[in-house]
Amino acid sequence: MTAALTARALSKRYGRTTALEGVDLEVAEGELVGLLGPNGAGKSTLVKIACGLVRPTGGQAQVAGAPAGSRAARASTGYLAELFRFPSWASAEEVLALHQRLARSDGGAKEREALLAQVGLAGEGDRRMETMSKGMQQRLGIAQALVGGPRLVLLDEPTSALDPGGRRTVRDLLVGLRERGVGVLLNSHLLSEIELVCDRVVIIDGGRVVTEGRPQDLTAPGGVEIETSEGVRRLPDARRDDVPRIVRELVAGGTEVYGVRVVTGTLEDAYLAAVVGRDT
Amino acid sequence: MSDAITIARHALREAIRRRVLLVVGLLTAAFLGLYALAAFEAFDSLDRTSTGGIPIDERALTGGTLLGLAMFVALFLAVVLAVFLTLDAVRGDAERGLLQPLVVRPVGRTTLLAGRLLAASTVCASYVVIVFLLAALITKAAGDFTPSSLVVPAAGLALGVVTVVAVSLLGTTVLSTTANGIAVFMVFATGLAAGLLGQIGDGLDVDSLTQASSIISWVVPFEALYQNGLHALTSDIGGATGVIVQLGPFGGASSVGAAIWPWAVAWSAAVMALAALAFKRRDL
Repeated sequence: MTAALTARALSKRYGRTTALEGVDLEVAEGELVGLLGPNGAGKSTLVKIACGLVRPTGGQAQVAGAPAGSRAARASTGYLAELFRFPSWASAEEVLALHQRLARSDGGAKEREALLAQVGLAGEGDRRMETMSKGMQQRLGIAQALVGGPRLVLLDEPTSALDPGGRRTVRDLLVGLRERGVGVLLNSHLLSEIELVCDRVVIIDGGRVVTEGRPQDLTAPGGVEIETSEGVRRLPDARRDDVPRIVRELVAGGTEVYGVRVVTGTLEDAYLAAVVGRDT
Repeated sequence: MSDAITIARHALREAIRRRVLLVVGLLTAAFLGLYALAAFEAFDSLDRTSTGGIPIDERALTGGTLLGLAMFVALFLAVVLAVFLTLDAVRGDAERGLLQPLVVRPVGRTTLLAGRLLAASTVCASYVVIVFLLAALITKAAGDFTPSSLVVPAAGLALGVVTVVAVSLLGTTVLSTTANGIAVFMVFATGLAAGLLGQIGDGLDVDSLTQASSIISWVVPFEALYQNGLHALTSDIGGATGVIVQLGPFGGASSVGAAIWPWAVAWSAAVMALAALAFKRRDL
């Protein structure tokens, strides 16, 4: 099966500044990959190379088997930029209709209606951009990225302006895309979003991939906290399997145990370990 | 081609919805109203004061001068329109995040530029021709003056404006919105200055000035097309009247030859090719 996105030894320099250096990345069809990294790590540059907005200095990227930026690659790609705008005078319907024509989608009004419903904008088709909130525009941006049924969807901070309800809608949408076999590269600073929905996480720093893996593999155990009659005890090296033994020993020693919590690491811990750990 | 038409329609819709065309229409109506007032007054004063003893065809002089003025104003207004329709088409739209969603579609950057060229050229060329023809109608109604040619000046104005659209589109691929606007108006002013320079050269019989003017007007062909149109407007007016009228109210009038037409088309195509190359190489 052809991967939705493949990047090999991808590099990009802007003058003397290196934005990407030898990045290898793959997004399989039906896979949700989260892209994490600090500001200036090269995440947006990577996404822009994938959708043909930026030309790489070295290496290569392919979308559904076609060179990134080529007409065939662009025909297979849906993209939501971090900083985007639609014309203030246009309605949601007009924006989607324009993108349908440019993407050569024959979905017509039915597709537009379905996309608006998927992003929670049902019945808002006639609404002009200038009357939409930032969150509504971001929802429409996501709908626009899905016009024509792309095989790869590149989302650059798609939930930054959304309220919790909107984020939930987008999460459900992403799960739906995965079920339809669409590959998604999700660039976001919202670690909790990525942890909740992504199959795999890639962390970039200084233009390089510093770590990658499944969220559950990246999040390390964080020990055990026990609430006792003598206060809360923290045992950072203990694991879940150690809990019965620890409780037995405490009770046998005359200590009252009121509660036990197995602490698991979060993606944020893994991220900070990968990024901040490198910096310090 | 259908993609270019889609982009052109999008750009035209934008111009309409943003009321650009409405504002231009209202201001143009105001200009034509003033022009009509001036034309009727000018010809009326001729009727009242004409002595009949002066060897100058005052009606032709007045009509030619007024229509030359109208030609200049029509060109100027069309250039303003051309600049404002295109000055931020690439870099400005990219900085505002309007361009990226379109560029990632399987359209091609050259097609995007072609669409913008098509939209702006259609609007501006139609505009300049309509304004010029309306001015000619007013001049005819006011003083029964019929120019030697309407087709050559109108076609020259239309093609001249297209060359300005091409320059503006090239500028927008490399310059910020403000810088591009300034640059295009500078180019326009350079062309006009070349015309005036040629007039001075002709008047003082200084070959180097005339030659410099000629070279510049070919480098920025809207000026050569304007001069050519201005010349064609009054080419059959002879004698002392012809000499005076041919000086033109704004820039010299001179026949630059038929080569200007293919040259202006090739020049515009070359400028657009450069714009497409610059756009293609630009990271967004």
